[in-house]
Amino acid sequence: MHILDSVDKASLKTDIPEFRSGDTVKVHVNIIEGSRSRIQVFQGIVIRRSGEGVRESFTVRKVSFQVGVERTFPIHSPVIDKIELVSRGQVRRAKLYFLRDLRGKKAKIREKRDNV
Amino acid sequence: MSTVNRTVKGLLGKKLGMTQVWDENNKMIPVTVVEAGSNVVTQIKNLETDGYTAVQVAYGAIEPRKVNKPDAGQFVKASVAPRRYLAEIRTSDADSYSVGQEIGVEVFEVGSMLDVVGTSKGKGFAGHMKRHGFHGVGASHGQHRNHRKPGSIGATSTPGRVFKGTRMAGRMGTDRVTTLNLKLHSVDAEKGLLLIKGAIPGPKGQLVFVRNAVKGA
Repeated sequence: MHILDSVDKASLKTDIPEFRSGDTVKVHVNIIEGSRSRIQVFQGIVIRRSGEGVRESFTVRKVSFQVGVERTFPIHSPVIDKIELVSRGQVRRAKLYFLRDLRGKKAKIREKRDNV
Repeated sequence: MSTVNRTVKGLLGKKLGMTQVWDENNKMIPVTVVEAGSNVVTQIKNLETDGYTAVQVAYGAIEPRKVNKPDAGQFVKASVAPRRYLAEIRTSDADSYSVGQEIGVEVFEVGSMLDVVGTSKGKGFAGHMKRHGFHGVGASHGQHRNHRKPGSIGATSTPGRVFKGTRMAGRMGTDRVTTLNLKLHSVDAEKGLLLIKGAIPGPKGQLVFVRNAVKGA
């Protein structure tokens, strides 16, 4: 795909923070309603990152009113105003699909301690 | 002799592959990138000498010693550097072109509809299910080694043969395929790139012919 790097370069963002599955992030989503636009924040745990380059996407899961909500974003989408890293999680796998079957305290992810 | 009353704008190009871009409404658009810069007009055909009007265009880099003699003659006559591919565009406004003229991606308007003619990917010897979309035979209910068979291919002693043209397994792909009415998403005039929404026939690196759409949307 290197042949199209020059085409993709226009869409690539440079201001993406380093984050991986298990981390808690705030995704600031640009929502356009008619002529007005506002920012909505979607906060949750990153359960996967997939793809690479301009196609890369990530999925954020949160539980709101006891209902699990997952949103998948293309990482370079202009819909995303910014991504804020809230906390790092201590996880042992890249895809955290097991969280879907857990609820309450069991669905919590331990925070990563860097200085241990 | 048929006369063409349509004005066809066309370019030869190379399919580079697919990627995605976002439009002004933040919608993701799947695009195929076609490199179609520096087409050169090598001959103008007119009614008096040729019986029809057309423009002959050439495209693609080639080592001059690899050009065959008939093609080389065309390039010498037009006094342009040899190219790899030659194609003819039947258009009524052929006399608005001039020999040696370079035509690039700017002939197409951004947002207009295009047709892309290419050669589809070869699939080798394919069964009738893949090649003709037959449904095959049931997966269960006691079927035995029967699942991808075509079923009946005709009646018995009358006619006593299989009709010509009966759809069966065989070589699939490598056909000339035209994809109609694809939207030109954007152009990169500097690099000679066309970003066409949707998929076009053929593998990456394949020669394709891009023209303005002949049928309404």
